Amino acid sequence: MKVKHSVSYYIYQVFNTLVLALVALSCIFPILHVLSMSLSSSSAAMAGRVTFFPVDFSLAAYEYLIKKKDFFHSVAISGWRVLIGTIINMIMIVITAYPLSRPTSQFPKRNVYMAFFALTMFIGGGLIPTYMVMKGLHLLDNFWVMILPGAMNIWNVIIMMNFIRGLPKAVEESAFLDGANHWQTLFQVILPMAKPAIASLLLFCMIGHWNSWFDGMFYMNNPNHYPMATYLATQIINNNQSMTNMTPEQLALLSSLSEKTVRSAQLFISVVPILIVYPFLQKYFVKGITVGSVKE
Amino acid sequence: MIKARQKQKKKKSGLYNTGQLHLMLLPAVIFTAIFAYFPIFGLVMAFQDYKPLIGFRESDFVGLSQFKYIFTMPSFRQAFINTIIISFFKIILSILVPLILSLMLNEVTKSWFKRSVQTIVFIPYFFSWAILAGMILEIFAYDGVVNNVLNSLFHTSPIAFLVSNKYFRSIIIGSDVWKGMGYNTVLLLAAITSVDPTLYEAAEVDGAGRWKQALHITLPDIAPMIAVLTVLGLGNILNAGFEQILIMYNPTVEKTVDILDTLVYRLGMMNHQYSAAAAMGLFKSVISLIFVGTSYLILYKKSDYRVF
Repeated sequence: MKVKHSVSYYIYQVFNTLVLALVALSCIFPILHVLSMSLSSSSAAMAGRVTFFPVDFSLAAYEYLIKKKDFFHSVAISGWRVLIGTIINMIMIVITAYPLSRPTSQFPKRNVYMAFFALTMFIGGGLIPTYMVMKGLHLLDNFWVMILPGAMNIWNVIIMMNFIRGLPKAVEESAFLDGANHWQTLFQVILPMAKPAIASLLLFCMIGHWNSWFDGMFYMNNPNHYPMATYLATQIINNNQSMTNMTPEQLALLSSLSEKTVRSAQLFISVVPILIVYPFLQKYFVKGITVGSVKE
Repeated sequence: MIKARQKQKKKKSGLYNTGQLHLMLLPAVIFTAIFAYFPIFGLVMAFQDYKPLIGFRESDFVGLSQFKYIFTMPSFRQAFINTIIISFFKIILSILVPLILSLMLNEVTKSWFKRSVQTIVFIPYFFSWAILAGMILEIFAYDGVVNNVLNSLFHTSPIAFLVSNKYFRSIIIGSDVWKGMGYNTVLLLAAITSVDPTLYEAAEVDGAGRWKQALHITLPDIAPMIAVLTVLGLGNILNAGFEQILIMYNPTVEKTVDILDTLVYRLGMMNHQYSAAAAMGLFKSVISLIFVGTSYLILYKKSDYRVF
């Protein structure tokens, strides 16, 4: 196709590219800024001389952080949370999605179960009654409060269920003809075919557990039980609380008192795992949302 | 005869053995009952004068007086208005911005540039507010980057964005739109690229430029998806972003960014007015349910969008 472009088209292209580049920059700038801050000397950081690149390169913030036991303690809790939480989430997704993916001719009660689960997508007890239930179950200040309440997530189950429904029926039918039962069909026939869905849900659950902070703060009274995200969040929240009716001079003093470089180093460390899995996320997740979520 | 039938049923191994299916669903049923349905019964406390030491059974029933109490609170009115305002702008902008971005991305001819931008704008979506709030508050701080840049470009004196009732709401809305824009951009771009290319060829023959093509072919083609996204968003109008606001706000800007969820949290967890907080939560859920229900009903009738 031969296309002749006008001058205005070229101007538009330049403008277009420039705007998109700026938008993209805005998305990596915070990470870059935090990294540079953490690698700068604390005097440079406080004087506001750091924008894109480190000023007066220094590893002092990281050296200080290594000695800070409580931060790494919270990182370890997050690690356990991601490991155990994701395993439980995945088991629940698989064994729940399979029965719900059966047609009613095979599993007449299917719709009853579906209604029971789906209702929770629309109604819930809300913050305070949920807290009271956790309290009654003695889950406050307990590691499992971050795992069990979210163990059954109907949204994720529905994604998996829809994926299983889309698989070719002939394969599972032949498995049944060969005398396989439901457990065998699920684990030996369906799961090997569902790898793309499993991969994206796995990443999704991992990121979810790594990022969650509110439950940690809400249900834990002892800061020693905080996961990393909660540890960072409470630092920010405490800092905000002191911002009441301050004069600009006091505000400036407040932000320089708190160790900018150390805070930046913490933020950067907590971002690294996500950046590592990001290429995989991108690959599976984009496929997932364009196929699974909004159907036209 | 009955015996014969039972025998036959037993023989139905494999496919028709629903016992195994019930067993598979058992853990999910238990978890859902405990963690989703128990709290719903706990809502009874909204009609009580709940005392944690006595529990649900012994606390006095007070009818609707908790609701009467919360409706007279000035902070409740303010929070309700703030919720609607913040939510409304978030819904509109989180569709408009990705729409513009995806249309712009569609015009990009170099595929490596298109792919990279798509990849990069999706990054903030996967970050926790615990991390992003730290970064954003740092950047907008009194001695942060934004003030430094404004100062060096326009020689303005620094602005206290974080305690400003004039600017802080925009920062909340803007940062949420920014965090989520990658998602809808990818979604919309996928829809745009699936538009039948022969339509564009026909338009070109008729002499329509790129701008007219976007306006008369691309937009009408993805309009149903935009409608779906808008309706889903409006259903969630009372959820203005609890986690984000809880972590980013401070007492000085409560007037402009305090939303229903944060008010419930403060009322319950800081002031220990459990019943009043539960009542407010219940009020919000009921209104929310009406909105969500209506939006699903509209989608069910008008489009092919189905969740289940």
